Amino acid sequence: MARALLKGNVAFAEAAVRAGCEAYFGYPITPQTEALEHMAKRMPELGRAFVQAESEVAAINMVYGAATAGVRVMTSSSSPGVSLMMEGLSYIAGTRVPAVLVDVMRGGPGLGNIAPAQSDYAQMVRGGPHGDMKMIVLAPATVQELIDLTVEAFDLAERYRCITVVLADGSLGQMMEPAELPPMRTPRAADERPAWALTGARGREPHALTSIYLDPEQEEAYNLELQATYRAIEAAEVRYVEERLEGARIAVVAFGTAGRLSLTAIDAARAEGIEVGLFRPVSLYPFPEERLRQLAERVDALLVVEMNAGQMIDDVRRVTRERVPIRFYGRTGGVVPMPEEVLEAIRGLHAELVREEAVA
Amino acid sequence: MTVPTLTPRLTPVVSYPEALAPTPTHYCPGCTHGIAHRLVAEVIDELGIREDTIGVASVGCSVFAYNYFAVDFAQAPHGRAPALATGIKRTSPDKLVFTYQGDGDLASIGSAEILHAAARGENITVVFLNNAIYGMTGGQMAPTTLPGQRTTSSPAGRDPATQGYPLRMSELLAQVDGAAYVARRSLHDVANIRRAKKALRKAFEVQQQGLGFAMVELLSSCPTNWGLSAQDSLEYIRDVMVPAYPLGEFKVPETEGREAR
Ligand SMILES: Cc1ncc(C[n+]2csc(CCOP(=O)(O)OP(=O)(O)O)c2C)c(N)n1
Repeated sequence: MARALLKGNVAFAEAAVRAGCEAYFGYPITPQTEALEHMAKRMPELGRAFVQAESEVAAINMVYGAATAGVRVMTSSSSPGVSLMMEGLSYIAGTRVPAVLVDVMRGGPGLGNIAPAQSDYAQMVRGGPHGDMKMIVLAPATVQELIDLTVEAFDLAERYRCITVVLADGSLGQMMEPAELPPMRTPRAADERPAWALTGARGREPHALTSIYLDPEQEEAYNLELQATYRAIEAAEVRYVEERLEGARIAVVAFGTAGRLSLTAIDAARAEGIEVGLFRPVSLYPFPEERLRQLAERVDALLVVEMNAGQMIDDVRRVTRERVPIRFYGRTGGVVPMPEEVLEAIRGLHAELVREEAVA
Repeated sequence: MTVPTLTPRLTPVVSYPEALAPTPTHYCPGCTHGIAHRLVAEVIDELGIREDTIGVASVGCSVFAYNYFAVDFAQAPHGRAPALATGIKRTSPDKLVFTYQGDGDLASIGSAEILHAAARGENITVVFLNNAIYGMTGGQMAPTTLPGQRTTSSPAGRDPATQGYPLRMSELLAQVDGAAYVARRSLHDVANIRRAKKALRKAFEVQQQGLGFAMVELLSSCPTNWGLSAQDSLEYIRDVMVPAYPLGEFKVPETEGREAR
């Protein structure tokens, strides 16, 4: 496939098609709707399942149903719609069936607006659905990454029988950039569905896919199995990108679009002689804890930049135990910070370090 | 003199349908869930579809239906069984997919999912048990609770002025173009149980023929939460519920004749 100019929402939808996604269920919501529209055309054309559900509640439960049948299945939505999916996500995690969700975040709370935001970090990474559960959360910063991580999301979901969330934002969904789509994978044949799937109890004992264990001891044992899976994910699936970090005194920590625009600011600051680099977590769960901890031992200060009021910063504080000063720059409510604003924050932090050195 | 043998030669006259696991259920004495399970299992056996059937259990007293049916089963969040069934059927069109839902599940929290599954003509079979109360949570008011009926959340009897009127789901869903077969039957006596089974069979056949959404509502008992004996509960269905929820086939496929009420 040659590189082509692709719109984020269409790109991840088509990437899912090529990854062998056999069923898509969704509900229109800006700034994600082009994905649903793309699937409305593509899936039936390929003889695959597409339903515009009556709500996101129904959509995620259709995903749940298809997941129990053992097919590659996904939905996509944006913040308010994803809020409606919480119960279903918990059941999917509690039943250990694989599913993919792309969340194209927008400004909130409430109806908010349709502008890009990262204010659902905490919802997706640290909570949201009830119960002791985790979802793999991957944060792309370019349309190419949005494509690649969507494809990978299906593989990860299947490998660990879990939910993988691709956490994008309105700007990634709406922007057009040159990117390359993966080759077309043939979906699994009906007789190649996973051994645990509901396929009709033909010549075998019936399968029950459920998340209810009335006996607390049994529920705990089941939870411990889930936790063991999460430990395995934490050991094997950490992803991050580092830019300009050699010899840096300041590290900007930012994910997704915030990371991307921070890099512009970082290059401007470097031109001014400030030694600054970027640490961009790509897997928000599992969070790149070890690498960030090591980084905090090398640099003099961290600047966390987010398109929210400060959510990932809690994880940065926790992981680094605040052994270096941690500052925050964020815009919220759908306002995307300009690189100049981030540059200003870098300058401010740099000045702070210089002042401290003068005192010392 | 020949001594008659004391060992009786027992020939079973009743046995478990193949589609029903030989497991004792957790249902209360006098509850009609057991009858409904058996009818569904008999229909599955008769149609020879056990190995091609996937059930979806709901949240309610029948949440553990998968322990009793010897078919593949998913377990849905409260009210969402028709959405799960949609996901399963759309990706496994050669399987027979049914949901098994109570009236709180289907008519209250899951009212949107059932309505839109019907509207889409989703090719699934819905077994809907209407006992006019929330059984599992201990006897609260359901959308199907009758005016004046006492429940733990309508202790003075359901007052339509503040608590609304009962929903007649079969009549409602029969209005929807995507519904192919909608019938209400009762489980209060043998004659009615037989007719219930016929309706269930039709509801699975409609799916086999790909005709669209099929639902059978079964008027059911809840002796524990009604505060009635098993026998009185059956009489309550006959005398109080049937008049409020008329039995009949509200929608039949165009090719089929309507069964007399
Ligand atoms: C989202 C959610 N809300 C509430 C409940 C609690 N709950 C469990 S069963 C039930 C009522 C079930 O009643 P019905 O569907 O009539 O079935 P029955 O128990 O009478 O067979 C409720 C409210 C739940 N499990 N999930």
